[in-house]
Amino acid sequence: MCAKQVTKKPSEPVGTTGHSWDGIEELNNPMPRWWVWTFYATILWAVGYMIAYPAWPLINGATPGVLGASTRADVVDEIARFDAANAEIKAALIAAPLETIPTDQALMAYAEPAGASVFRTNCSTCHGSGAAGVEGKGYPNLLDDDWLWGGTIADIHLTISHGIRNTTDPDARYSQMPAFGADQLLEPAQIDAVVEHVLAISGQEHDAALATEGATLFADNCAACHMEAGEGDPTQGAPRLNDAIWLYGGSREKIKETVVYARFGVMPGWTGRLTEDEIRAVAAYVHSRGGGE
Amino acid sequence: MWDYTKLVVLGVIAVLAAIATNYAHDLAYQVNALVVMLAAGLTFMWTLRTMDEPKRATPNEYMDGVVRAGVIATTFWGVVGFLVGVWIAFQLAFPALNFEWAQGILNFGRLRPLHTSAVIFAFGGNALIMSSFYIVQRTSAVRLWGGNLAWFVFWGWQLMIVLAATSYVLGGTQSKEYAETVWYIDWWIVVVWLSFLAVFMGTLINRKEPHIYVANWFLLAFIVTIAMLHVGNNLAIPVSIFSSQSVQVTAGVQDAMIQWWYGHNAVGFFLTAGFLGMMYYFIPKQAERPVFSYKLSIIHFWALIFLYIWAGPHHLHYTALPDWASTLGMTFSIMLWMPSWGGMINGLMTLSGAWDKLRTDPIIRMMVVSVGFYGMSTFEGPMMSIKAVNSLSHYTDWTIGHVHSGALGWNGMITFGALYFLTPRLWNREGLYSLKLVSWHFWLATIGIVLYASSMWVTGIMEGLMWREVDANGFLVNAFADTVAAKFPMYVVRGLGGAMFLTGALIMAYNLWMTVRAQPARAPVNANNFVPAE
Repeated sequence: MCAKQVTKKPSEPVGTTGHSWDGIEELNNPMPRWWVWTFYATILWAVGYMIAYPAWPLINGATPGVLGASTRADVVDEIARFDAANAEIKAALIAAPLETIPTDQALMAYAEPAGASVFRTNCSTCHGSGAAGVEGKGYPNLLDDDWLWGGTIADIHLTISHGIRNTTDPDARYSQMPAFGADQLLEPAQIDAVVEHVLAISGQEHDAALATEGATLFADNCAACHMEAGEGDPTQGAPRLNDAIWLYGGSREKIKETVVYARFGVMPGWTGRLTEDEIRAVAAYVHSRGGGE
Repeated sequence: MWDYTKLVVLGVIAVLAAIATNYAHDLAYQVNALVVMLAAGLTFMWTLRTMDEPKRATPNEYMDGVVRAGVIATTFWGVVGFLVGVWIAFQLAFPALNFEWAQGILNFGRLRPLHTSAVIFAFGGNALIMSSFYIVQRTSAVRLWGGNLAWFVFWGWQLMIVLAATSYVLGGTQSKEYAETVWYIDWWIVVVWLSFLAVFMGTLINRKEPHIYVANWFLLAFIVTIAMLHVGNNLAIPVSIFSSQSVQVTAGVQDAMIQWWYGHNAVGFFLTAGFLGMMYYFIPKQAERPVFSYKLSIIHFWALIFLYIWAGPHHLHYTALPDWASTLGMTFSIMLWMPSWGGMINGLMTLSGAWDKLRTDPIIRMMVVSVGFYGMSTFEGPMMSIKAVNSLSHYTDWTIGHVHSGALGWNGMITFGALYFLTPRLWNREGLYSLKLVSWHFWLATIGIVLYASSMWVTGIMEGLMWREVDANGFLVNAFADTVAAKFPMYVVRGLGGAMFLTGALIMAYNLWMTVRAQPARAPVNANNFVPAE
């Protein structure tokens, strides 16, 4: 780096302190001026800051600082500012009949981003930040038009408000599929037949003979909820089986697992955790994602 | 007589540990008790078998055996700590590496404290203990005080490391960052640390030099302050003597404040003051130049010691901590900037008149880069303590990048320099096995750190900006998971940087091993005799 300057020995003339430890000596160089002045400057700045802002603890509280600054008051102010700005539209959102919200442009201009924010904070943990769910894990995709409990904004609003199969909200949506294998409602061979039938109606490769046998069993045991052709029933949360959309996987093994042990998907109710305007906003947001009825 | 006392004590400890194993409430405690039983048992056997051997009285020689052991331990734990670090970096990039079969043992949450403790307390701790022992003997011109007490400090520290590591992976933790060790390990640390203090102080008091060298001021400040911080932060009441669980004496924001008073000064005194002590010895020795300014060393020492202890609250900006405490933490951090840089100036300027050595001596290069990273992170630290900056940087990967530019750059590089300096001298070898390998280590480590720090700056600032982004109505724009997904490429870069740093350390381990194995012995030039006071 400074190969040409090595002959210069600038520090030598100042001499050393005269001590030597294991051959190490110390020069008597003064402290660099810029270092000293920068140090003083930071001290001055610190003292000034302490005068301006809350700094020193006293018996009751602390010195408040001449600017009267408070980070807590700042947050309260900021929240109040946004609350005031949004108060009118929030009231309108609560007052509007649910079914009119999706077509009300003024309301949707607010509800979409507000609902998206609520969704990202509260719903994305299970349904994914893009609302696509987690396929095969029981977290439904909210972007398609396959609805377990109905896809009108009123249906979605009800589902969000009270949740599904939870124990905390008495108005939660509820239904339960029997565990056909675990509770020995069907013989293992019968379950295999039903599974083949489900594979058949969902347009997958299947054993035709077994599937025919399964059709009767399906009509007796499953059609009450999943309907004759397997089109499902949103009034009792029975999923559609004659399509390619699967909540817990559509392979032979996964369907069998579902028939043997049943499924029991739970969603918390959000009344009390979210305000009514937030629930309406997120319902409108989910409804607008593409599959709303 | 002393040997019999030792045997009785060790026997009693082994029996008590066996009883504790039997009554243990949790697995971490049980395994720890077994480790203690084993350690006491082995020491018992060793004491018994060596009782008849004549004791070698060598009061005229430096006690270097314990320093040699320290060099080996530092290298070993360094490699272990870096390896775990690289592993968990890739676990963050590829969560599938948290294997299902290893859940509850080798998942990120269990390995993270293992990594931090391994690099700070096992690698850094051993580096500090062995350097302290080496430096205080050379600069005081006396043998270590306390006979085998230095060996007790060494083995006690290794036992602490094994206890901590085994308890972490089994879930034994008190959930305090950098102070995860459970209550009985904390007690053991106090015993070992006070012994360390006794050896160091005893040697200083016996010194044959009229003055105490600056490196020893820093080392003493480090030892004393860490003792105080450790006790203060670990005041806890065990729920049972047979359980690893305990309850902290303080709660809520008070507990958080004490934790960061400790946490920040673990950085300040363990990783700064202690390593400055190393810097003040190894740089002048390797450069063969006098220290730049005695006056600067006094002023920056006292300023650093006085100011550092106040800076902890900057870890808790915008929390339940009162504004006044935040202000103090921030202003004292700003005032700390120049006192920190005093060490950098003294380190760099010591090389004036010897800058040509940068071209020829890769060890000096390592030490200079180390001091450079020290200067950079001690500027970055005060900057990040400013509330406005902190509101962006806090909780982001920027903090992780900051810590690692200090830890890998400053602590890592100065320790590597010290290891390269010490090994030929301690094993009496004709220089290092290969300077070329040192160069390889230097470049791998330096480029690794640059990759690590810059990728973390990028992700840190990016996620900070994404978290705070709100729309016109005040609603958040990004989901947390969006920020995680956006960080992926930088996580891979970070992992690669860490892998390069680890590779460098492995090259060093090989080089040091070959130095001891293959290098010819140095002609005896009364290397082990005291240098008398001048």
